[in-house]
Amino acid sequence: MIEIIKKTNIDFMGKRNIALAVSGILILIGFVAIIQIARGAANLGIDFAGGTSVQIKFNRSIPLQDIRDVLAQGDVTDFDLQDLPSENKILIRIKKGEETLGNMSTKIISILSQEFSESNVVVDSTTEIGPKVGARLRKDAMWAIMAAIIGILIYITVRFQFRFSVGATVATFHDVLAVLCIFYLMGKEINLILVSALLMIAGYSLTDTVVVFDRIRENLKFKGRKSTIDIVNQSLNEVLSRTIITSLTTFFAACALFVLGGEVIHDFAFAIMLGIIIGTYSSMFVASPIVLLMGHERAFSKR
Amino acid sequence: MKKKFFWRIALIVAATVLSVLFFLPSTQIRSSLPEWLQKYGMVLGLDLQGGVHLVYEVIGDKAVDVTLDRRVLHLMNVFKEKKVEGAKAVRNNRDILVTPDTKEVIGIVLGEFSDLVEYSRSDGGLVYRLDDREIARIKDFAAEQALETIRNRVDQFGVSEPTIHRQAESELVIQLPGVKDAKRAIDLVGKTAILEFKLLDDESPIAAQLPSSIPLDLEDETRQQYADQLPEGDELMFGRERNKETGVETKRVYLMKKQSLMTGEFLTESRVNIDQRFNEPYVGISFDSTGAKLFEEITSNNINKRLAIILDGNVYSAPVIRDRIAGGDAQITGTFTMQEAKDLAIVLRSGSLPAPLKMLQNVTVGPSLGRDSIDAGFKAGIIGAILVIIFMILYYKMSGLIADFALVLNIVFLVGVLSAFSATLTLPGIAGIILAIGMAVDSNVLMFERIREEIRVGKTPRAAIDSGYDKAFWTIFDSHVTTLITAVVLFQFGTGPIKGFAVTLGWGVFINLFTALIGTKTIFDLITSKREVKSLSI
Repeated sequence: MIEIIKKTNIDFMGKRNIALAVSGILILIGFVAIIQIARGAANLGIDFAGGTSVQIKFNRSIPLQDIRDVLAQGDVTDFDLQDLPSENKILIRIKKGEETLGNMSTKIISILSQEFSESNVVVDSTTEIGPKVGARLRKDAMWAIMAAIIGILIYITVRFQFRFSVGATVATFHDVLAVLCIFYLMGKEINLILVSALLMIAGYSLTDTVVVFDRIRENLKFKGRKSTIDIVNQSLNEVLSRTIITSLTTFFAACALFVLGGEVIHDFAFAIMLGIIIGTYSSMFVASPIVLLMGHERAFSKR
Repeated sequence: MKKKFFWRIALIVAATVLSVLFFLPSTQIRSSLPEWLQKYGMVLGLDLQGGVHLVYEVIGDKAVDVTLDRRVLHLMNVFKEKKVEGAKAVRNNRDILVTPDTKEVIGIVLGEFSDLVEYSRSDGGLVYRLDDREIARIKDFAAEQALETIRNRVDQFGVSEPTIHRQAESELVIQLPGVKDAKRAIDLVGKTAILEFKLLDDESPIAAQLPSSIPLDLEDETRQQYADQLPEGDELMFGRERNKETGVETKRVYLMKKQSLMTGEFLTESRVNIDQRFNEPYVGISFDSTGAKLFEEITSNNINKRLAIILDGNVYSAPVIRDRIAGGDAQITGTFTMQEAKDLAIVLRSGSLPAPLKMLQNVTVGPSLGRDSIDAGFKAGIIGAILVIIFMILYYKMSGLIADFALVLNIVFLVGVLSAFSATLTLPGIAGIILAIGMAVDSNVLMFERIREEIRVGKTPRAAIDSGYDKAFWTIFDSHVTTLITAVVLFQFGTGPIKGFAVTLGWGVFINLFTALIGTKTIFDLITSKREVKSLSI
């Protein structure tokens, strides 16, 4: 039997204060990120902010400065340029929800195909989102995250106890906020794809938490004279190897996506990788301490 | 072999065969498959296949304005017919102002239109409005008609499997997979295509002072410059022109009488013809008998004047009327390419939109990006699967191999189910499948860890497997339900690509339950049933 971890006896609960402090900071920055997103101050993707993005493929690599100059001459202003040098692609984004869509992308494409006509300009994709749709997508995304969390809260309450469901919900919320926080701090784009990654992370982290809770519930039945803290510690140690192995295999898959999945999926995979790490941490160091914080000894006794 | 194994194994084999069968149409051998099978198979989403996704808003308010204008015109005609002296109807935004407020006039208004509601009285006149139900009906009808018209245009344009539907009250969603020339498709779909015939006002002295043509983006400025000098009832209109030698585009300026003499409503046919002299394409149009009569009247009354042909506010041409034109045929010339002429003919033939459209969203994906995405996704999937498979064998030995077997079944079934329902595969959907590979082993890991614990306590392999499964069952169940909740929420709120992700995630949950609880368990049972197993490779 190969075992990554032999029978462990880590005092998870003893470290809960450090953990809660770290998580508190993450959550705080996460909230700041949410406020910034609501204010429109964060790096929102054009699906949320409204605007235009055009991705162009050339047959050779073209210095970004050349493109910048050409576009500026053509009266295109306030644009972001990003390049994928390995594939000779550039991405032009303008985050300004225009009233009439269609003009900006046409303009950009015609300027570039005229100026770089010898470089075989191919339009990979154009996206134009009006302000109305942007606002609606933003609202929908908020509702989706809320709906997912409420649904989960109800399910855990039915299957376990309310205390557990608070622990699970806080942990899930924590993971979503922490990943959002890291994306915000890194200045990465916050868009619809990230929201689906966040929901996916919520589901994943919850799975982890449920596995831990399940074990706690089971061990509490044969509690004997042990304290609740000991039971929680024992349960966490028992499921530790499962937690790590599942996290590893999912991490492998996410890594493959990150490295090979192509540009669109790159950030999505990155968010998932972060989510796996944070979700694993939170099911041990966030969910269970909160259950302990909320409950007295008696609260665990039945079910 | 015992009977209980037989059924379980039969189920697994049958599911595998079906999955492969349903998946076959997704591959390149589709055309050589029997016809009943061809309707299955995964459909590639716009992000993988390339194409155009458009969302438009139908500006229903404009349709209401048009209806009100028609009513005002109708009332004026009735006043004229019945010889009501001094009676007038004028539209002001949503109000129809009728003067004077005599019994006779009121009687006519209410007799003609029962859905007009008296709103207020003001100095000898009455203000009428449409009731709210009628306004809602007009808007709804406009959206419905716009949908029909666009469907018609897209059909004639030739897109293989378009999706066109209404969303919310006034929005139209149009998906055109595989379209290569996005700009052309957008022009074709979004054109209001209101055809009008108006007279030029060449007699007015100001006409000679106007510049004959201006640079492209100076329309508004020119309009402003001459705003005060234009004669009553006239307006400036513009038409795009291309210099054949230099290729430079400019706008020709026309002084036009505002009143439109005729619109495209009498149009019955339009087609592309080639001008024999210049070898240039033009669009020939035909009117029905009412239209033909009207056109004959217009031309005979205005010989030697110029008649402009205007589409959506742009002047296409303004030929001099040499003679009365009978028979109801006309030509729209301009500097068309063959393709532009063809598209114009399609747009005219399928009729004008009842109200203008406003583009809310346009997502266009070129075919090469889609292909790159599929390749990248496929590669990532293979590598991810290999990593997981190797890891499981290293860590769990023989049992790891069993888990890998379940993993492969998982992928096969997932792809099979998606194919059987002709689900749309999107790029996030591919990502979902790959993540499912990583998570699929979770159920097995949970059970294996349980079984290991039971063995440590000293149970026989057989007993360890049974109690391991039992104890892990509810954990697996709970964790799957929570994932399912996320998938359902994603499906509810997601659009396009993200819906695709939700579908793979959701099905992944069910299939994973099946492979973990029936697939792996069957193999374990098979191994332990034949003889008393002393040790388990786990």
